[in-house]
Amino acid sequence: MKIQIRGGRVIDPASGLDAVQDIYVAAGHIVGVGAAPADFHANQVIDASGLVVCPGLVDLAVRLREPGLEYMATLESEMHACAVGGITSLACPPDTSPPLDEPGLVEMLKFRAKHMPGPRVYPIGALTRQLKGERLTEMAELNEAGCVAFSQADAPLVDTQVLLRAMEYAKTFELPIWLRPQDPHLAREGVAHDGVVAARLGLPAIPVPAETVALATILLLVRETGARVHLARLSSRAGIEMVRRAKHDGLPITCDVGAHYIHLSEMDTADFNAHCHLVPPLRSQRDRDAIRQGLADGTIDAICSDHAPVDDDAKEKPFQEAEPGATGVELLLPLTLKWAAEAGLPLTRALGYISHRPAGILGIEAGRVAAGQPADLCLFDPDAHWLVSAASLASLGKNSPYLGFEMRGRVQYTLIDGHLDFRREPPRGHHHH
Amino acid sequence: MATNLQLTEDGRLRHLLTLEGLPRRILTQILDTAASFVPVAERDVKKVPLLRGKAIFNIFFENSTRTRTTFEIAAKRLSADIVNLNINASSLSKGETLLDTVANLSAMQADMFIVRHAAAGAAHLIARNVAPHISVINAGDGRCAHPTQGLLDMYTLRHYKGEFHNLRVAIVGDILHSRVARSQIHALTTLGCPEVRVVAPKTLLPRDVESLGVHVHHNMEDGIRDVDAVLMLRLQNERMRGSRLPSAGEFFKHWGLTPAKLKLARPDAIVMHPGPMNRGVEIDSEVADGVQSVILSQVTFGIAVRMAVMSLLAGSGAQA
Repeated sequence: MKIQIRGGRVIDPASGLDAVQDIYVAAGHIVGVGAAPADFHANQVIDASGLVVCPGLVDLAVRLREPGLEYMATLESEMHACAVGGITSLACPPDTSPPLDEPGLVEMLKFRAKHMPGPRVYPIGALTRQLKGERLTEMAELNEAGCVAFSQADAPLVDTQVLLRAMEYAKTFELPIWLRPQDPHLAREGVAHDGVVAARLGLPAIPVPAETVALATILLLVRETGARVHLARLSSRAGIEMVRRAKHDGLPITCDVGAHYIHLSEMDTADFNAHCHLVPPLRSQRDRDAIRQGLADGTIDAICSDHAPVDDDAKEKPFQEAEPGATGVELLLPLTLKWAAEAGLPLTRALGYISHRPAGILGIEAGRVAAGQPADLCLFDPDAHWLVSAASLASLGKNSPYLGFEMRGRVQYTLIDGHLDFRREPPRGHHHH
Repeated sequence: MATNLQLTEDGRLRHLLTLEGLPRRILTQILDTAASFVPVAERDVKKVPLLRGKAIFNIFFENSTRTRTTFEIAAKRLSADIVNLNINASSLSKGETLLDTVANLSAMQADMFIVRHAAAGAAHLIARNVAPHISVINAGDGRCAHPTQGLLDMYTLRHYKGEFHNLRVAIVGDILHSRVARSQIHALTTLGCPEVRVVAPKTLLPRDVESLGVHVHHNMEDGIRDVDAVLMLRLQNERMRGSRLPSAGEFFKHWGLTPAKLKLARPDAIVMHPGPMNRGVEIDSEVADGVQSVILSQVTFGIAVRMAVMSLLAGSGAQA
């Protein structure tokens, strides 16, 4: 299958390219940008005029809910939702049921995902068996089965000796560890940021030190072991400042934030909206501003969707009893674009946080538009407005803080491995708004 | 937002969920209406026919005999039909969701739900999901709000102390876990009380509590000096030892209300407590039973205040 993508505004954040050019795709790869290779005859031409053509998005946290949590969403539904959101590579955390702590589970997931349309799936293996924080998993075996990193997802790792040894063992094989810094004792029973809104509403609180105390432990152990650690979902100004200093000191760490945290704060929980019950909690406006600053100055390496589809029954509960999380794969792009517009950042920079930068963290060849690269591409209309609603979301998770809000920027085509895995109907070219 | 949810389009009370964001005129209207119900209790026939034929459901997801009973008495004095439902958490975990339960009860032609729940915001959630003719009264949701308790405290304060604009009030004890304290604070600041103090150790105060418009005191002597009213809070048994407090004894020594400490307040200061009291933990018996204590009056006024809330809600419901 040979595809010509004609007349789009090609943006490649890795090289800084931003120009109207044609792209030529053959045998799953990009074979030309700008100039067609000799003897190229397209089987299909995609008219991309008015569209941005950028690398397929790389999302560091997508819960596919399989195995075991199919009442929330299915592999098939969420793989499709990813394609609808322009995502062509994803990492999925091991918080499935059972957790991804055995090679067989990982192989099965990879096998199932490979045989359906949608993004490339990179499982994150469980760091400890059953995510209990006690015994290490067979990391080398799991790595061979396809795990690109190891994490506890949101499960606590109480025993710091286990954490130290996990880092030492992972370092032995040069395997990365992903950790969401949260001290389980300081966060115990908490559901909301320890600030003005929790004071008013009487919600059990999670103080900022829940993040910073855990972060301090992790950073000291990284210093000790040299393990490569990725810090997932930072939420606080103080935490970001610690990472800034640790990076300055040369520690081998990277970090991400969830797309919702760039825009929302504790104020959005003030009317008990369970869709804003997230982990970590939405914090103060100062924390949110620090997240924006951390992105702008490069302290934060990537934006992820932290996709967590949740069924209605689990959300239609009082705030503290509702299952936390928000659907995210279809909002990753528009929320990133919204931030870029508000911060006055060019797309060549902003899109890097959801393409080549997370690809670098995963250590995969993805996130670039250049000849020789895999043909994973996202074509979006930067000016299309669309309403977030249960009907407009492809994910089975309709749990979004943005229900009823209008988003700007919508994916029209998603190519994965040279295949057109998603095409929005009706075809573009008519007026939107 | 909460405010809109509680009011009809023309500004009358639609649900009573929290005292936060309710306008002063509504609070005053409830207190004035309650005043008209106080004499009912002193008559031979303690009933008025205002809510005849109305079906009121006491839905308690968390046990509280006392609060449930005061609502029951208030409803009966208004001639309403009242049904008590104790729904414990285990029956909910059998599969029926909170909203399923509410939908079922709505189908029984209810006019009003009185809801007690262990989670903050439960009454808000129910209010957002009930049929338009049903009003919801929050009888306590987690640590968030207990608006009828806050209102009866305001009624008691006004009864003994007059208007709020020259009062100095101290709220003492476990502010962090107290829905009563939050409702008192919102009511006092809305009604124009110029100085609301909270008195507690740091472990029993929410972070950023100053943002509620209160002055923070850790030392009880400083905290109750020259106040017109001391509002004590109940200390739950499970808080008396552990990581928030070392012992009930140490709490009583520093934050228990004794005759000696009460002398620091104004000579005519009143003492209040939402009940049930832990004598010797938060309050000395001599104070609880003393001349400055108005604790039993609070209970009496509580019936009238709940009658007022129900009658106002029934009025707005009928016309909505």
